[in-house]
Amino acid sequence: MIDLTPKSERLLTMKGLCIQGRTGETWIDIVKGVDVHLNRGEVLGLIGESGAGKSTIGLAAMGFARPGCRIVGGELDFDGINLRTASPRQLQKLHGKRIAYVAQSAAASFNPAFRLINQFAESPVQHGVSSYDQAVEDGKQLFQTLNLPDPENFGFRYPHQVSGGQLQRAMTAMAMSCKPDLIIFDEPTTALDVTTQIEVLAAIKHIVKRFNTAAIYVTHDLAVVSQMADRIMVLRHGELVEENTTREMIEAPQKEYTRDLLSTRTYRKAPISLEESEKPILEVKNLNAFYSDFHVLKDINLRVLPATTMAVVGESGSGKSTLARCITGLLPPKTGTIEFEGDTLPSSYKNRDKEQLRRIQMIYQMPDTALNPRQRISEIIGRPLTFYLGLTGAERDKRIAELLELIELPTDFANRIPSELSGGQKQRICIARALAANPDLIICDEVTSALDELVSEEILKLLQRLQDELKVSYLFITHDLATVKAISDEIIVMLQGEIVEQGRRDTVLTPPFHEYTDLLLSSVPEMDPDWLDNLLEKRQQTSER
Amino acid sequence: MNSILKIVAQRLALGIFTLFVISLVIFLGVEALPGDLAEAVLGRSALPETVAAFRRELRLDLPMHIRYIEWLTAFVQGDLGNSLANGREISELIGVRLANTLFLALFAASIAVPVAVGLGILAALYRETWFDKSISMVTLSTISVPEFFIGYIMIAFLAVQTNIFPSISNITWEMPFFDRLYASALPAITLTFVVMAHMMRMTRAAIVNLLMSPYIEMATLKGLPRWRVILMHAFPNALSPIINVIIINLAFLVVGVVVVEVVFVYPGLGQLLVDSVSSRDLPVVQASCLIFAATYVLLNLTADILSIVTNPRMLHPK
Amino acid sequence: MFSNFLKELKNAPFAAQLGVFIIIVYLIAAIFAPLIAPYAETEIIGDVWEEMSSKSWLGTDQIGRDLFTRLIYGARNTISIAFVTTILSFFIGICGGFMAAVIGGWIDQGMSRFVDIMMSIPILIFALMILSVLGTSTPVLIGVIAVLDSTRVYRLSRAVAMDVVVMDFVEAAKLRGENTWYLMSREVLPNTLAPLVAEFGLRFCFVFLFISSLSFLGLGIQPPTADWGSMVRENSGAITFGILTPLVPAAAIAILTIGVNLVVDWFLHKTAGIKDS
Repeated sequence: MIDLTPKSERLLTMKGLCIQGRTGETWIDIVKGVDVHLNRGEVLGLIGESGAGKSTIGLAAMGFARPGCRIVGGELDFDGINLRTASPRQLQKLHGKRIAYVAQSAAASFNPAFRLINQFAESPVQHGVSSYDQAVEDGKQLFQTLNLPDPENFGFRYPHQVSGGQLQRAMTAMAMSCKPDLIIFDEPTTALDVTTQIEVLAAIKHIVKRFNTAAIYVTHDLAVVSQMADRIMVLRHGELVEENTTREMIEAPQKEYTRDLLSTRTYRKAPISLEESEKPILEVKNLNAFYSDFHVLKDINLRVLPATTMAVVGESGSGKSTLARCITGLLPPKTGTIEFEGDTLPSSYKNRDKEQLRRIQMIYQMPDTALNPRQRISEIIGRPLTFYLGLTGAERDKRIAELLELIELPTDFANRIPSELSGGQKQRICIARALAANPDLIICDEVTSALDELVSEEILKLLQRLQDELKVSYLFITHDLATVKAISDEIIVMLQGEIVEQGRRDTVLTPPFHEYTDLLLSSVPEMDPDWLDNLLEKRQQTSER
Repeated sequence: MNSILKIVAQRLALGIFTLFVISLVIFLGVEALPGDLAEAVLGRSALPETVAAFRRELRLDLPMHIRYIEWLTAFVQGDLGNSLANGREISELIGVRLANTLFLALFAASIAVPVAVGLGILAALYRETWFDKSISMVTLSTISVPEFFIGYIMIAFLAVQTNIFPSISNITWEMPFFDRLYASALPAITLTFVVMAHMMRMTRAAIVNLLMSPYIEMATLKGLPRWRVILMHAFPNALSPIINVIIINLAFLVVGVVVVEVVFVYPGLGQLLVDSVSSRDLPVVQASCLIFAATYVLLNLTADILSIVTNPRMLHPK
Repeated sequence: MFSNFLKELKNAPFAAQLGVFIIIVYLIAAIFAPLIAPYAETEIIGDVWEEMSSKSWLGTDQIGRDLFTRLIYGARNTISIAFVTTILSFFIGICGGFMAAVIGGWIDQGMSRFVDIMMSIPILIFALMILSVLGTSTPVLIGVIAVLDSTRVYRLSRAVAMDVVVMDFVEAAKLRGENTWYLMSREVLPNTLAPLVAEFGLRFCFVFLFISSLSFLGLGIQPPTADWGSMVRENSGAITFGILTPLVPAAAIAILTIGVNLVVDWFLHKTAGIKDS
């Protein structure tokens, strides 16, 4: 790295940082000699998949290691202060005042017993930066700057009384309360919906610029970090892969791994011709469902054609997963019918016969919880074979081997147990279990959300290949528009239990857009450092017009 | 505020219902006695007059539901019936003993609660240190030891060998307060040991659980001094679990009193209950069981309600 | 399987090894009681409360029986009764708890409310109440304690089963059309075994202590059957004369429960470790 900045500009230097984490009785390396430096007012993005050590590095910049972790090597210098040899008292004086932290889960990171404003004012008062009254005034100012509703009174609420996106902005305000030199953002928008994420990203970007605060932004999302950071470090397995300014990183990545990361979300299914006249495999008519008194699904109508993929997209609370529960019979709807190849299905799965159950299968979001950890793969895949098709002995073993080959896993995986598999491999086993029943329709509930991006892309490609070969239909439930773009033939957009738009992929995803679809589409971050600024400007103009 | 009142009212209703069911169980328990109650209790060789008296006493000539209502109404009004063993009025029999038992329980609680909660909090704050580990070893051993073993060790070493305390707690209400304390010191200490281990373990677990929560990490990373993190951020949220632990253990304590009273021949309700069970003096058993169970239920109900009203989510609804 | 256990044990912390050792010694005493004990269970061999001697290692009890012999037979009686009771309690509790978790709905509601009320009555009071009516015989004792204790087992097994039932793999099995028995035995049970085994150890300790306490109160195992709780009760008078041997059976109770607790702690630690990796 060529470093042309004068010394006094340098705020943070971490050299040869080594951190270990404990699993059971042994310590293993989770950060293996990483160099990080940061200048005043600069925003550094740390990006990597799970297990890259990015959050751990972020916290190390505060001289802090979570319980079960320890910093074992390297230099840690913050503005001339050695963080490794600093006494707890010295660190205490830095934390909150000069280095602040914004955590991933705002809901869990606010103390439930106190009003927001008191938690905001705590740092400035304790660090002797300002009086309580002054801090409260500052807080109101910051809430205003962060676009929070009713900034005068916002702070007098308790954490559980405000929404997730607002809470995340409130935590950013809290981090800003002492006007620190450095803020660590630890995946601050990961738990939020895309439309909420935009607000938080805009708020963070605005406030960091305005106070010229340096920041370390930790995330797994390259598109998000390219909006926020001046410079990006790509990490993998606790080591640095590549480091460059954001623009150069996006435009000319040097390493294969970075290129892979950048090229995710570009996969597109080839368009197929849809025969409207064809008999649908699944048809839902006038479906209304309730959770006790709450009307979750309002008059849903949809039809899935054979060997096609219908994507159901919506944010949290849109009712898309409830729709899946209704179709599988876990939540019998109040009114409406579900027809499968023209026959009306009993509303509860308990009343459906084996054949009806066999033909609709399900794949889940979390492969970890979708596989019984105490069963071998052969038992997991073999059970539907025996249960539905009556296969036993050698026949069953042969079919298990075939299925494993179909999902591109070695046949000797049959003897393994789920904990010996990676997340992507587990999801493949879930696919194999669904296929074992020879289904006509597979409901995929957020099947790629829990996976790293490279892995989820492979799963999408696999699902597509299987559809081409086996002519199975998918009902694909997701919040992620990139997935929708990649795999769907038809799209349903849901908002608060209602279908706001439905149609073929090319119709829904090309202008003119439906209003909500437009909001969703435009909120998905793109790999373009100017995307957020342009979007905010555009939205500003439309609202002024 | 409305929802909180509603939930508290629901809990109270459930508590009262539970008491009602317990009274029913206690009543029916005696009814369920196979064969003729009088014969079963008094034996086949009992004199006919005795059997007749027994039947009259238990009003066996009336239908069951009427007997139940009469029994319960009388009980609520303080008329507990007469003992089969000596014909004395049960309320008179129980009154002093109940007071003695409560005195002992309060005495033990006033030692056990502060010590156990204090040590539990310290063990949680200094977890994984030698202090924590030795506390955990000691509590593990105390939990494993029967109450009477602790009691007799106390007697063997503090009464027989060294003569510091009396081995038999003969207390009366005429004794001056401090004499009474002195006389009941050994049972109180034994009882303290019995509940302290549980209380300490539960306090420690509650605090450790709390200290793991992200908002404590956040408070630390805000650069707050450790005392402030604990006092301002952990303590208000710890209050409700700790109150819960204390009250649940007080409920244990009230029941644990039975064995300890027998060891020290302490003239309390527990001793009376055990004697009555041996002599099958059913009305006395019914009355004392109902009193013990009611105390236990009411204490647990208090814990429940306190934890509801100290929950910030309940106090400040959306 | 057994050689695996030996290997694990070799690497186990000292506390766990001690626990296993204690349990084995007690088991040997219980199983081979007639071979080990120098006299018969109720044989009177000397005077009241004789001191320790080569004839009688721990001295004699309140009617001149050999305390050591009584102690050995006590192991057999107390442990076997507590063990049978715990097994019965687990059978009832797990069946109920799993059914509530897997079936759910009003069956769960009904059973859980019932257990709530049962549990709101202190177990000692409840037991005394029932024993006063039914009288104290060993089958009654086992039945009453097992039923009362099964409410605790029900609570735990329902809770651990609930954690498993909400997992997607159970939903997948339900949607496959599997029956309740398959769900309970193949999906739920294997995933709840670790906490249930640990709980078995702890509940055994509780039942064991509870029976000892009842015996101590004179309401448990009845004479002349040798039993540790009643031995303490019968000989407690000796303590006031400065004779400490009556404390030996009490210590025997404590040591066994400590031993089981040590093994359970080790087991919990081990199974927690497996989950992490």
